[in-house]
Amino acid sequence: MKTPVVVLTGFLGSGKTTLLARLLGHPDMGETAVIVNELGEEAIDHHLLRRVDERTVVLGNGCVCCTLRGDLADELRDLLSRRDRGEIPAFGRVVVETTGVADPAPILYTLLGDQVVKHHFELERVVTTVDAVNGLPAAESVRQVAAADTLVVTKTDLEAANDVRPDLERINPAAELLVASFGDVEPDALFGPAGTDPRSVPAGEPDTGHGDVHAHCLVSEEPLDWTAFGIWLTMLLQARGGDVLRVKGLLNVGAEGPLLINGVQHVVHPPEHLPSWPDGDRRSRIVFIGRGFLREELEHSLAAFNGAVLGSDPEGV
Amino acid sequence: MQCRTYYDRAMCVLCGVLLNDHWAEQEGGRRGRVFRGRLLNRVLAVYGLRLDDWSGRVWVLRDRKGRAAVVDNLGAVWVEAERLCGRPLDPLDPDLIAALS
Repeated sequence: MKTPVVVLTGFLGSGKTTLLARLLGHPDMGETAVIVNELGEEAIDHHLLRRVDERTVVLGNGCVCCTLRGDLADELRDLLSRRDRGEIPAFGRVVVETTGVADPAPILYTLLGDQVVKHHFELERVVTTVDAVNGLPAAESVRQVAAADTLVVTKTDLEAANDVRPDLERINPAAELLVASFGDVEPDALFGPAGTDPRSVPAGEPDTGHGDVHAHCLVSEEPLDWTAFGIWLTMLLQARGGDVLRVKGLLNVGAEGPLLINGVQHVVHPPEHLPSWPDGDRRSRIVFIGRGFLREELEHSLAAFNGAVLGSDPEGV
Repeated sequence: MQCRTYYDRAMCVLCGVLLNDHWAEQEGGRRGRVFRGRLLNRVLAVYGLRLDDWSGRVWVLRDRKGRAAVVDNLGAVWVEAERLCGRPLDPLDPDLIAALS
């Protein structure tokens, strides 16, 4: 059984460490190993705590999101080794707290791509904190929000707090949204598989946006052919991957339940068959977050690729 | 022929280099691979490219000038197709959509 990993990200000062410290003190939290980039003032020393330097291995011809975080891979391997030898308590979960300006994609890439890591750990979800006072101060914070499975709004108790939720919903309508003053969140709300709840992928909502980033909720009335979809998305990521921040969808591929597809920038999770649909709506729905795309051109293009299946005669293979 | 296998070259996760199983090729088995090749060739033909399966493990991508590249997964197909064409192959291109429709 793989050990779940939660990636906790959020811009500088957005309350990541406060949230983590509160969670680790919760009696239901269980044994958790924590990997942090920076040691803050919060005391979280009663749990396993590892510090990593941000050492990245830039891969030949790779893009920014596809750099391997060698430091993170080393730490995860070392934790695994020491747990197996009984040198440290048998932790059941790992939380990776990123730096405030970190792009989460290389971390996800490491979890899904490192040969050792991916066989022993699995990404459970990405949690992004956003503080209600400063909102989204930089491009990095928008990327962090787009990558999130769960968004936690912090510092809502402060007098200068703003209601940032509409902005967050406009950027990432697929994410679960929680409000937590003083880091007050139950562990159950943040830990556990994310992205497997079909209800987290809205269908047919109007396009929304924040600055130059827009979220398009694509819907396909026709069942989608998985082969055609894979060809379409890989081609799109190669051609315009720099503008794609997130793709998350439930595809009707003619099976009993939907196929879950989940990608952050170039980093795409292996597709997962879900056992059933959440309701009677069996249409494929995809939340597509990016820069410079039009909903109509995305839907038209995907429909053309899907339609090309008929001309390629899959039954004749 | 310029051979470019992607077993050892580190590139982008899009290319599946560090992932043994590319995310888009995990369904269908051999039959799925044949169908994938057929569908890919419908798209690649628009750009004067052709893809042939080589032993069921890798693909050979060729252009009309006789240049070729060996690729081992779907992501790498687009990397090499872009190199052979000298420009990105955009699935949102209206001419491509018209050709497929």
